[in-house]
Amino acid sequence: MREIEYREAIREAITEEMDRDKKVFLIGEDIGVYGGAFKVYKGLLDKYGPGRVINTPISEVAIIGTAIGAALTGYRPIAEIMFIDFTALAMDQIANQAAKIRFMSGGNIDVPLVIRTQGGVGKGLSAQHSQSLESWFYHIPGLKVVMPSTANDAKGLLKTAVRDNSPVIFIEHKMIYPVKGPVAEKEYTIPFGKADIKRKGNDVTVFAYANMVLKSLEAAEELERDGVDCEVIDPRTLVPLDINTIIDSVKKTGRLVVVSEACRRGSIASDISAIVTEKAFGYLKAPVKIVAGLNTPIPYNLALEQVSIPQKADILEAVKTIIKK
Amino acid sequence: MAALPEKTMINMLKRLIEIRKFEEKAIELYRIGKIRGYLHPCIGQEAIPVGACQAIGRKDYIISNHRGHGHCIARGADIKKMMAELFGKSDGYCGGRGGSMHIADMDLGILGENGIVGGGIPMSVGAGLSCKMDDKGNVVLCFFGDGAANNGVFHEALNMSAILKLPVVYICENNMYAISMCSADSVACRDIGKRSCAYDIPGYIIDGSDPLKVYKSVGRAVKRAREGKGPSLIEAKTYRFYGHHPNDPAQYREKKEAEYYTSQKDPVVNFKKRLLAGKVITAEEINKIEKKADERINDAVIFASESPEPDLKKFLKENKPD
Repeated sequence: MREIEYREAIREAITEEMDRDKKVFLIGEDIGVYGGAFKVYKGLLDKYGPGRVINTPISEVAIIGTAIGAALTGYRPIAEIMFIDFTALAMDQIANQAAKIRFMSGGNIDVPLVIRTQGGVGKGLSAQHSQSLESWFYHIPGLKVVMPSTANDAKGLLKTAVRDNSPVIFIEHKMIYPVKGPVAEKEYTIPFGKADIKRKGNDVTVFAYANMVLKSLEAAEELERDGVDCEVIDPRTLVPLDINTIIDSVKKTGRLVVVSEACRRGSIASDISAIVTEKAFGYLKAPVKIVAGLNTPIPYNLALEQVSIPQKADILEAVKTIIKK
Repeated sequence: MAALPEKTMINMLKRLIEIRKFEEKAIELYRIGKIRGYLHPCIGQEAIPVGACQAIGRKDYIISNHRGHGHCIARGADIKKMMAELFGKSDGYCGGRGGSMHIADMDLGILGENGIVGGGIPMSVGAGLSCKMDDKGNVVLCFFGDGAANNGVFHEALNMSAILKLPVVYICENNMYAISMCSADSVACRDIGKRSCAYDIPGYIIDGSDPLKVYKSVGRAVKRAREGKGPSLIEAKTYRFYGHHPNDPAQYREKKEAEYYTSQKDPVVNFKKRLLAGKVITAEEINKIEKKADERINDAVIFASESPEPDLKKFLKENKPD
């Protein structure tokens, strides 16, 4: 199968959906001639023109509000917020408006809106351009949260997101954009709420998403040499969450390591740990182990940055510890 | 006396009366505990929604705010479903999930009231963008208050809709108070309407107690919007006769000030007088309209009272934890 970059896969999903449905349009900062801060939209202005690739001022509230208003009146916007850190500026429109409109209207009103954004550590961008804020959105009922780790998943999930009638927060990872992976040429979509077992194994379940999937797979490969057989589960969508696949895996392995780049406090990782502990306590041979980011703003200095989030060595250590219990 | 047909003006009076009586009934029911939560009556401000909604057509949109019953009624919302929603009942507009601040009716182009001050302003840009992309000449009226005009969203939205030349009419209902904060103390310039120059769009400052003036001004802005020339900003000076909500005694206002507006600037009383003086309507006909409005509102209260409570089991099932 051909291999393409994560960013190319996202672009393909967008062009396919824009070609399929004239109601789909793009809105965001520097998405015109510039092609987006991460060049995801390269060439799209030429292809679709300024009527469907709407380049905006630096007005995050207005970008999301515009997207919501258009979604309410018959369109299917894909709004880009350049960095997930900047969603803070648009939070009323995301959390109080988009997330709640369907509920508040008694289920009468759809909001078919995709907010594409990207987060994560790795480029020395420090505290205001490196955050992992997925738990903000995970915490708000009414939003769907997607975090693809591969080119294949990114494409299939984004196409599903565009066709969904709820607001979807589609969180990409800045370090994965150039990573190539196999992507089918034939059209496909990937349903929400279906975890992908990225690696099958019997000894320990490793739950990871976004860039931590890649690090966990590297760790799993190394552990295999030591005779430890890891099962790596990528939920792909945090909301809806495929908890059954996680529970089934834990029933098989009896051990769970949860890996997440975000600060541990109030995180997805701690919630996964809580859910598994509540639902599958009897199957656990050892306490759940969480490998998460420190509760710190992301520092600029490379060494400080690296120790702020889980590295392969941290995952290795966690698995080795839990396997002994 | 006017640019509008007599029948239209009588219809406007009917709407003014219906809004006034709906709000009075809602306050009464709030005081005896039939309505809970927050209730923000628009008594004193009725001429703005009535005049503005008279200036648009069936396919146009409106976006409202927390003080939004008047906008909904002026746009033709079903007062039975509105009252049932205030009661939190299953036949309400939102099935009891929204309440007073979240009524919406997509069939009427009412894109929603809003519980966040300024929350609807950015969405109006998107509705305007839809109208522009549809290219059918439809427009959006966006209602907000003086309080919302001080929120950052006001700037982002007006700037964005001005650069994109969107068909949105921004209608600032300046009732002089954001809860207790007087606009004289909170707005750096005297008139919010003058801020239009920052976006190079037309700005109008009008007497919001006169439905015909509102109609005329909004009509002019709507015409411009339909012609593809972009947004306008209208500041309609008005006054809320009650406090922020029925339990707010509004002690932050001078008694004299409130007396002036309630005695001199009552949009319902003044419009009645005007139509009577112009011999557009008789006192007897007004009585009939009032009686009819009372009947309709009483029917709405009966409808709301008899409507079943929302299905609790269904709600719990829908929200089962992971």
